[in-house]
Amino acid sequence: MSALLEVEGLTAGYDGVPVLHEVDLRVPAGTICAVLGANGAGKTTLLRALSGLVRPSAGRVVFDGVPMGDVPTERLVRRGVGHVPEGRGVIEELSVEENLMLGGAWRLGWSGLFGSGRAGLRRDLDEVYQLFPPLRARRRHPGHQLSGGERQMLALGRALVGRPRLLLLDEPSLGLAPRVIAQTMALLRRLRDETGLTVLLVEQNVRSALSIADSGVVMSLGRVVATDDASRLAADADLRHAYLGF
Amino acid sequence: MTLHRMTLLRHLTGTAVAGAALFGLTYVLDPFRDYQLATAAAYLCAAAGLTVLIGLNGQVSLGHGALMAVGAYTVAIVQNQFGDHNVVSQWTVPASLAAGVVAATLAGTVIGLAAARLRGPYLAGLTLVVAVALPAVTTVYHGVFKGDQGLSVFLPPVPDSLGVDFPLERWQAWLALAGALLVMLALANLGHGRFGRSMRAIRDNEVAASLAGIPVARVQVVAFLVSAATAGLGGGLFAVLSQSVSPDAYTLTLSLNLLLAVVIGGAGSLAGAVWGSLLLVLLRYWADELTGNLPLSAGLRTRLAGNLPLAVFGLLLIVVMLAAPGGVQGLLNRAGRWVRGRRTGRSAHRVEPSVGEPTAAQHSAPDAEPPAPVASHT
Amino acid sequence: MDRFLFLTVDGLSHGAVYAAFALALVIIWRGTRIVNFAQGVLAVATSYLAYTVSGRSGSYWLGFAAALVAGLVLGAIVERLVMRRVENAPPLNAVIVALGLVLVAQGVLGMIYGNQYLPFPAPFSRSAMTVGGVPLLSHFDLFVLGTVLLLMLVLAVLFTRSATGLRMRAAAFAPPVARLLGVRVGRMLTLGWALAALVGALAGMLVIPTGLGLHPTAMDTVFVSAFTAAVVGGLDSPVGAVVGGLLVGLVLSYVAGYLGAGTTPLAVLGLLVVVLLARPAGLFSGAQARRV
Repeated sequence: MSALLEVEGLTAGYDGVPVLHEVDLRVPAGTICAVLGANGAGKTTLLRALSGLVRPSAGRVVFDGVPMGDVPTERLVRRGVGHVPEGRGVIEELSVEENLMLGGAWRLGWSGLFGSGRAGLRRDLDEVYQLFPPLRARRRHPGHQLSGGERQMLALGRALVGRPRLLLLDEPSLGLAPRVIAQTMALLRRLRDETGLTVLLVEQNVRSALSIADSGVVMSLGRVVATDDASRLAADADLRHAYLGF
Repeated sequence: MTLHRMTLLRHLTGTAVAGAALFGLTYVLDPFRDYQLATAAAYLCAAAGLTVLIGLNGQVSLGHGALMAVGAYTVAIVQNQFGDHNVVSQWTVPASLAAGVVAATLAGTVIGLAAARLRGPYLAGLTLVVAVALPAVTTVYHGVFKGDQGLSVFLPPVPDSLGVDFPLERWQAWLALAGALLVMLALANLGHGRFGRSMRAIRDNEVAASLAGIPVARVQVVAFLVSAATAGLGGGLFAVLSQSVSPDAYTLTLSLNLLLAVVIGGAGSLAGAVWGSLLLVLLRYWADELTGNLPLSAGLRTRLAGNLPLAVFGLLLIVVMLAAPGGVQGLLNRAGRWVRGRRTGRSAHRVEPSVGEPTAAQHSAPDAEPPAPVASHT
Repeated sequence: MDRFLFLTVDGLSHGAVYAAFALALVIIWRGTRIVNFAQGVLAVATSYLAYTVSGRSGSYWLGFAAALVAGLVLGAIVERLVMRRVENAPPLNAVIVALGLVLVAQGVLGMIYGNQYLPFPAPFSRSAMTVGGVPLLSHFDLFVLGTVLLLMLVLAVLFTRSATGLRMRAAAFAPPVARLLGVRVGRMLTLGWALAALVGALAGMLVIPTGLGLHPTAMDTVFVSAFTAAVVGGLDSPVGAVVGGLLVGLVLSYVAGYLGAGTTPLAVLGLLVVVLLARPAGLFSGAQARRV
């Protein structure tokens, strides 16, 4: 299976302080890869470097055979990469519907008022409402009125409206009830199985992540310390103890 | 205000030395240059206070031109009262200057109280409105202030004891320099003492300062009224130098010129205020020389006369803010650090300048907090 | 009573202009957290352009159109070349740069056109029409009110119903998230400034005929009134800007009518001080979503 995402020797940091050191990563298309590690391991920085929010000082990122080094963050969605950032990034001042529309806005032109692009967007929005019925009920409510679980749905739905081939998720389980976490993971598995979505999942909730992942990468202090199939990682008690805290 | 005795001594000595040097300088310069020196000294009074307010205390005021106007008009009115009653003693001048300082301080206290809890653009906006609105007082109270016409200022002649041929300009320079030296000494002491530390603490982190027991609102108001006092002195000196006052001389442009002097010199730096004030005078002079020497039509010459300095000032303000926000003093500091081999990029006690070099925090922070209009503490 | 009605209508007419101008300030504030102190001088510059174009071509409306287009262009240029560089610096750097622009613009305009007040006539009659024996609105007042209303409608539709408006709001509220969603934040900022300058240009064309004439400082008092209006309404609230503008227009009209025209700047100052002491976040601040 060809790798949809290939990362080689990625080194990046903030203001000259290096955070990532020579990170290597391969995510085959249609699989879920979990990125695990304790706080401060560099997991969020990895995603930000992949999205261009942090400029790497060394290394290569190749998405679907195309080098991504010079691609600005704004063009990511067009290439088929969706990134749900840490904290979900729900825009509080906009309504649920507006947040979702924003997810697909890159397909619209300047007016998007009466163009044909708008009809396609309408369909995509309806699909998301099918996936997340509670959002339909709250479609006109502003983002700041949503609960944690609803924000999760909104953030995911918004990313999905953009029709990504690769989804970068930064700690989706953060602050959510176990039931909601389980639902989220189940949804991700379903999307992978039914649509061939590729997911790079940064998580601190190791059990949940490994339960749906195909492969996993363990990071510590900015370096990759283990890369393996998810099942083998889950079974490796020493590894879990040393780097994942249990 | 506790000030280490050595520091006070150092400041006094410095002032005395500078005073002696400047005194000598006024003899070397021709009367026109003496007048320019006097003008620069008057600007310095206001600019020094403003640079302390902006740089050390973090409050931006766009209204100090109006405070200069308060000082100037007070001096004019008091002097004219002396004149009406035929009092020609030399002591009238310091007395009316003192009155000007008091009046400006009062005005500054009122504005300072209104502004004490304002931050950022709200403070700038309020002081801007003051700068634009205050000259209207001259039209409303036409009887006293004579509106656009302005007032002439009655002044005693140069003291006889100085000799018959003593140039007026040199005497004016002495007066202005005395005022400026006084202001510099006072501000230097203030900046180095406990009050100065309180001001800086508030500038760097208001909440922390408040938690440390500093009475934030009180310090803000006092800082404002101190800068108002020095501006009042500067304005009063303007009135003495030009022997007249009118609203035209104290428009928003004056406030912006003062801002330029502060920014060019480097906010917070008294030495910088000196650079800035000199620059204000010299730039205008050079611009006038330029337009005078070019072969231009009379119409074009008049149009350029007031406006070329304006455009140059504005351009400088923009260029300095974009290229060297720390101003001349900032550049000198940077050069000094580079020479001494320390490339830390930031001076030890300037943690988070309210105006100036963007710190690392500003560069990497993706979502800055929206500034609240009013400080959130009591 | 007649006088009161007349002053009210006159106040609303001026207030409409302040509302538009305050809206321009709010647009830029929401997008960049900068108060555009150069807003007034940009409007003066575009009005001078209209003066020249109208003078050369003989058509007022050509000059009017030129002013609007110039507003768009000038706003975009100022953002792209100048303000972009201070958007990440301490906020007061942006204030100072804007003030520098004010000086430059006033100086350059003075050099080109001189410092006398140039006649800037209105396109319609400014004498009040009598309704039921009471002098009320003039044709020009109707034009002002109509134009501002149209402008507000267009802006409202743009911001709430179009993809571009959605992108602009996203870029203003959450720039990094917006970038991840494909919004070109920089471009949206430039567009915001361009629109604000367009609004300012329109406001300039509507208000300068009612003053002493065209002069480099002609918009200083308008800026001051509009800033006060924006603060009254709440810098974050477009609705507040409109309400604030009308309020300021009314207050100034009554003050000028009953206390004399010279006192209006002091009235603005007084109003601003009162608002800043009593409710600094503005009348409509409660309605705004809280940023966590």
